[in-house]
Amino acid sequence: MLSLYRKIFTTGVLTEKFAKNKLGQQQTARELGLDELGEKLKATVDKRFAGSLHIRQVDAGSCNGCELEIHALNNVYYDIERFGVHFVASPRHADVLLVTGPVSRNMEAALRRTYEATANPKWVIAVGDCGACGGEFGVSYASCGAVANVIPVDAVIPGCPPTPLELMRGILNLFSA
Amino acid sequence: MNDQNELDREVPEQFDPARRFLLELADRGVEAQAISPSPLPPAQLLEIVEPTDWGKAAAVAQSQAWRWVAGWAEDGQALLSVSVCLELQGIYMVLRTRIDTRQPCLPSHAPYFFAANRPERHMRDLFGIEFTDHPDPRRWTRHQAWDSETAPLRKSFPKEGLPPGQTPPDMNYPFFRAEGHGVYEIPVGPVHAGIIEPGHFRFHAVGETLLHLEERLGYVHKGVEKIAEGRTPESLARLAGRVSGDTTVGHAFAACLAMERAANLEAPPRAAFIRGILAERERIANHLWDMAAICNDVGFGFAYYQLGRLREVWLRDNQAMFGHRLLMDRIIPGGVSVDVANGAGERMRASSKVLRLELDDLLTIIDANSSLEDRIVTTGYLTLEDAQTLGALGFVGRASGQVFDVRHDAPYSPYDQVEVKVPLEEQGDVASRFWVRYKEMRVALKLIESLLDKMPDGDIAAPWITPQPDAEGLGLVEGWRGEILCFVRFGENGCISRYYPRDPSIVNWPALEKIALGNIVPDFPVCNKSVNGSYSGNDL
Repeated sequence: MLSLYRKIFTTGVLTEKFAKNKLGQQQTARELGLDELGEKLKATVDKRFAGSLHIRQVDAGSCNGCELEIHALNNVYYDIERFGVHFVASPRHADVLLVTGPVSRNMEAALRRTYEATANPKWVIAVGDCGACGGEFGVSYASCGAVANVIPVDAVIPGCPPTPLELMRGILNLFSA
Repeated sequence: MNDQNELDREVPEQFDPARRFLLELADRGVEAQAISPSPLPPAQLLEIVEPTDWGKAAAVAQSQAWRWVAGWAEDGQALLSVSVCLELQGIYMVLRTRIDTRQPCLPSHAPYFFAANRPERHMRDLFGIEFTDHPDPRRWTRHQAWDSETAPLRKSFPKEGLPPGQTPPDMNYPFFRAEGHGVYEIPVGPVHAGIIEPGHFRFHAVGETLLHLEERLGYVHKGVEKIAEGRTPESLARLAGRVSGDTTVGHAFAACLAMERAANLEAPPRAAFIRGILAERERIANHLWDMAAICNDVGFGFAYYQLGRLREVWLRDNQAMFGHRLLMDRIIPGGVSVDVANGAGERMRASSKVLRLELDDLLTIIDANSSLEDRIVTTGYLTLEDAQTLGALGFVGRASGQVFDVRHDAPYSPYDQVEVKVPLEEQGDVASRFWVRYKEMRVALKLIESLLDKMPDGDIAAPWITPQPDAEGLGLVEGWRGEILCFVRFGENGCISRYYPRDPSIVNWPALEKIALGNIVPDFPVCNKSVNGSYSGNDL
């Protein structure tokens, strides 16, 4: 048990600070932009959502690449929860639906229902090239293509997949428009 | 390794499995033709002349302990052809037969091989082929986007499909029913509570104990096989890299290998070595993440964040050295698109060393944690017999005593030039699948170092040669989840006319139905994570 605590202390805090960069670690230096981005995001969430923005992620047919990067938002480096952004388990609790695509026809009804189950006011962000425009899959007998072809979309975050930083920027852009 | 492997049969002198198979077929009066030279290396190709003998061929294969690897169909206008790949002791063999397009009917392999069950239903839903004697005639990949009279993978079917409209929800699927005092059902999905892919699970439970689990997948079916048709090789490699986003290297590797074999082209040695490094880096990133997630699913936050941290560092190294965090589009037909620059080799060695030290540190702590042990040891058993019957692949198989690894048993470049160790566990529980991944990671780190040591100089891509119309190729690689098979056929103008990727998840998903049995409902997430099948790779 002691070794567990020792590991925690020796690892230290790796979360990339948005105020002052005390650690100066190599990884930190590489992710320029997180500082001001985080500050802005926190300010927006504080002002518009009383400090907590709830996101429900919906995979509507993605290849799972976008999900991996959305997961990364919760790792110790990005730790998006410190800005008040929280991923929730039900659309009933969500302010924002983060939808990855392309929307497969087999997921079309489930996506519509998830959208309907989300309380107003609600926003939809389409994530990834596929969610934004159909990407590598486009429209076919099995795919509806872009998320906007199925439910109203308020913002898109392109990229294949978008990096965690791009995801944060995209969430911020939704509310700064 | 390999100690007391009871599955190894006694080997008679000059054992040639394919020849023995052919002899046995002849004994049973099945007319078969070995095509020589095989158009599908490394596999041999065997044409079964009479489609009515298709079931007998499976019976013979089963009696000789072949493993059913994959099955796919092709629309040759007048005739439909169905191919099935089998494997025994690292020898691959493809059986093929042709049936009439108007009355496509074929004896099923599913009574002999469980692995054939869902792939045959997939073929039925997409090609309209009826498999007689199939033990489970329910639809599989087809939900409500097309009807039972429509066969989307026939050439006559337009890519765009019929005028779409809204796709209705998939109601009234005939799920297995369990009744009795105290038995209740829990339907879960397709939209799950976490950040994961969609699928439906139907549990039957008594109290907290699971009596039965049924998977209903197909929600992420996005017509990969259909939209591959008519693509250029580069474009197919891009699509292959998105069959399953976490296996982008594995699928692109298999697809490029298949296309190169069809074109009679070999990637330069340096390219092959870089492909190997990319594949091992992908393996490590995914194992780190899954081990983190297994710990998270039993509430061990420390390990989740620590292992997640190592994964993020690893991905940032990917970005710095190869230009993409998940390594998408780094493998192209003929080679790779990115070289290992001078400094990158040193950096990779250094980061491998750091990772090794970190793992030593962490896994010692994790191993000593009795509450974690309490949750994952004896949870989610997959017995050796079940693993063998299902043909379980990758770490799922190797945690239940199945030694098979393509890199070791049917090596391809660069793995034919380095030593590949295959770690094995025989307990078959979640803990085994956890530790087998850890051991695989150690092997992968070693492989990266040996590949760097032996890295030849030279080009990183060979100029593409347009293959003959009708040329076909087979790619077989060991992805991080296990064996990936990829079949490619070219059409006119060097474009693709058929693409079929078989992700290991297609074989491993049914294992989860077995694994979950008898466990308590709250242990299902950790059982699921210990297998971590790909939904996208399964549904295509």
